[in-house]
Amino acid sequence: MNNSIAKEKIISLRKKRSLEDMRFKYYGFTAMCLSLAVLVFLLYTIFSKGYTAFQKTIVLLEVDYNQEVLKLTPDSSDEDMEKGKFFRVKKQAIENFFPDLSKSDIKLVKKLFSINVDKEIKDYFLDNPEVINTKQQIWVTAHSDVDQLLKGNSRRDVPEDRRKLNDIQLSYVDQLVEENRVKQVFNNFFFTKADSRHPEIAGVVGSFMGSLFTLFTVFILSFPIAIGASVYLEEFAPKNRITELIEVNISNLAAVPSIVFGLLGLGVLLNVFGLPRSTPLVGGSVLALMTLPTIIIACRASLKAVPPSIKEGALAVGATKTQAVFHHVVPLALPGTLTGTIIGLAQALGETAPLIMIGMIAFIPNIPTGLTEPSAALPVQIYLWVESAERGFQEKSAAAIMVILIFLFMMNAIAVFLRNRFERKW
Amino acid sequence: MSNSKILANGVDVYYGSKQALFGISMDIKEKEVTALIGPSGCGKSTFLRCINRMNDLIEICKVSGSIKVDNEEIISEKTDVVSLRSKIGMVFQKPNPFPKSIFDNVAYGPTIHGLVDSKNELEEIVHSSLKKAGLFDEVKDRLNEPGTSLSGGQQQRLCIARAIAVNPEIILMDEPCSALDPIATAIIEELIDELRLNYTIIIVTHSMQQAARVSQKTCFFHLGELIETGETNKIFTNPDNTKTQDYITGRFG
Ligand SMILES: Nc1ncnc2c1ncn2[C@@H]1O[C@H](COP(=O)(O)OP(=O)(O)OP(=O)(O)O)[C@@H](O)[C@H]1O
Ligand SMILES: [Mg+2]
Repeated sequence: MNNSIAKEKIISLRKKRSLEDMRFKYYGFTAMCLSLAVLVFLLYTIFSKGYTAFQKTIVLLEVDYNQEVLKLTPDSSDEDMEKGKFFRVKKQAIENFFPDLSKSDIKLVKKLFSINVDKEIKDYFLDNPEVINTKQQIWVTAHSDVDQLLKGNSRRDVPEDRRKLNDIQLSYVDQLVEENRVKQVFNNFFFTKADSRHPEIAGVVGSFMGSLFTLFTVFILSFPIAIGASVYLEEFAPKNRITELIEVNISNLAAVPSIVFGLLGLGVLLNVFGLPRSTPLVGGSVLALMTLPTIIIACRASLKAVPPSIKEGALAVGATKTQAVFHHVVPLALPGTLTGTIIGLAQALGETAPLIMIGMIAFIPNIPTGLTEPSAALPVQIYLWVESAERGFQEKSAAAIMVILIFLFMMNAIAVFLRNRFERKW
Repeated sequence: MSNSKILANGVDVYYGSKQALFGISMDIKEKEVTALIGPSGCGKSTFLRCINRMNDLIEICKVSGSIKVDNEEIISEKTDVVSLRSKIGMVFQKPNPFPKSIFDNVAYGPTIHGLVDSKNELEEIVHSSLKKAGLFDEVKDRLNEPGTSLSGGQQQRLCIARAIAVNPEIILMDEPCSALDPIATAIIEELIDELRLNYTIIIVTHSMQQAARVSQKTCFFHLGELIETGETNKIFTNPDNTKTQDYITGRFG
């Protein structure tokens, strides 16, 4: 009798427990679906906003490379060619862009072209000097306002005074479309140029290279220091109050807001040591300080994960402590430390606030070629573009976010690859 | 009779405030196998790890008393633990080959001690160590494969080869067969019997039969004290102490 009651109790309890199991499984599943949905939504928004940045609008322009206008002759030297009066050729080309343009209309038409057109006309000629005294049909870059209109990013049904292009300009654009003198092609500028005041020729390469140099600095500074610090703390440091204090403070440092590190960089690196402002060297140093605790924590975790029996084995055959650590423990921990470092670098890649503090927010229209040259960084570039009033920069910022995301994915892929490649079983 | 190789005198060991060994004194003869037996937690491993100063790795472990190896005090600040450990090899309870090739596992010791000048010499040492450990024939075609790919028994013999490659005089074995099947155990026991000709061996074991089979001397530990030590034959047939009697007849432990 008693026995059967006990049995029933056990069975009902078992049912309850399996129900609990089920419920938890559903919670987990729902949570995962939610986060996936948010991620997909995020990616979709960014992509749908940004994919147009990968295209640019070009316009067919008839250019007359007349030697009188250019003030050149067919046998001018290369140096003289450089000095040709290309702005006059361009002026003439625009005046004749539509038949019978009035003076005021010429001004309006001029605004349909990018500032870069002068250079395009010149480059075309320098590449093909034989076109002197001929008329050439050249595809040149349209102004961002035209570009945005044709991409449907700016609306034409708002009152004229709230539009970038007035009614006359609109009708000219329509005419171009009708005559097939305008088209959209791959935007190579985005991947070959640095930032610009003009959206149609602004590119992401300047800030990309800036980020690359910055990350390089971060890696060079933080990896050796982090390895040294974590190996020392994990394997050599005496276990006493001071070590404990250091350990606690490393964790604390990992939680310090990044802008504080920016202030440190501003106060110490720039003002005391006088390092050059806005450079990857300073930015990288600041971010290295910021990521060091993270990397040290990851390194220590992977050092800890190496089974002590390996070290004991080495010590037992008479290895010194240093040999045991550097021949056996560190190599085994290496995949973990590399992964940790890459995660730290990924964190550094997305960091904006400290870079703003040390002046990497300046407008830099050149692609940096070294650590001590002023440059932008990807997240700051995104911030600058989002802030910008020009319509044309909005799609650029979304596209730059895509670039940074791909950069991040690639770094994570490298981390996973390294982990799988070097991971050993024991 | 042969000389004493290790002479322990009044060895106390504390883990923090907890005393694990109480005044252990022991005399271990050269080229003999000494078995340490006793119930779990009685301090056999602790004593073994005192002899090659492995206890240094444990922060809270304090050792006092005297242990002399070849008449040289080793429980002292001045002891050179690196040369001590190259003289005293150790084989652990769980095989712990390095995650490197079989060759590199054995070659590691001779390389760091600078025992060899050329690749050929190194190869010779590796081969002879593997032969002494009775493993060479099984692995000679795959010396470049990871040591961890071997079976448990092979791994343990690899660890023995690794230990004898640095040409030690003493080998400490802490339950070397606890993870092995009877066949692998038999192989290792046979090996211990052979190694005895050249090395002084101290082995910790939970198997009475194993102690009886391989050792000449047996020491019985209980609750951190050395209860009885003597000829293996005598301990197993006619021990002086009733605790020893009880333990070897399986009445406790
Ligand atoms: N690292 C340690 N920290 C604290 N106490 C320890 C440590 N290692 C061992 N001890 C204690 O010391 C005593 C002896 O342990 P030891 O490992 O020497 O026993 P053993 O005889 O080898 O046992 P077993 O046969 O189970 O291996 C035990 O009471 C144990 O709790
Ligand atoms: Mg033990």
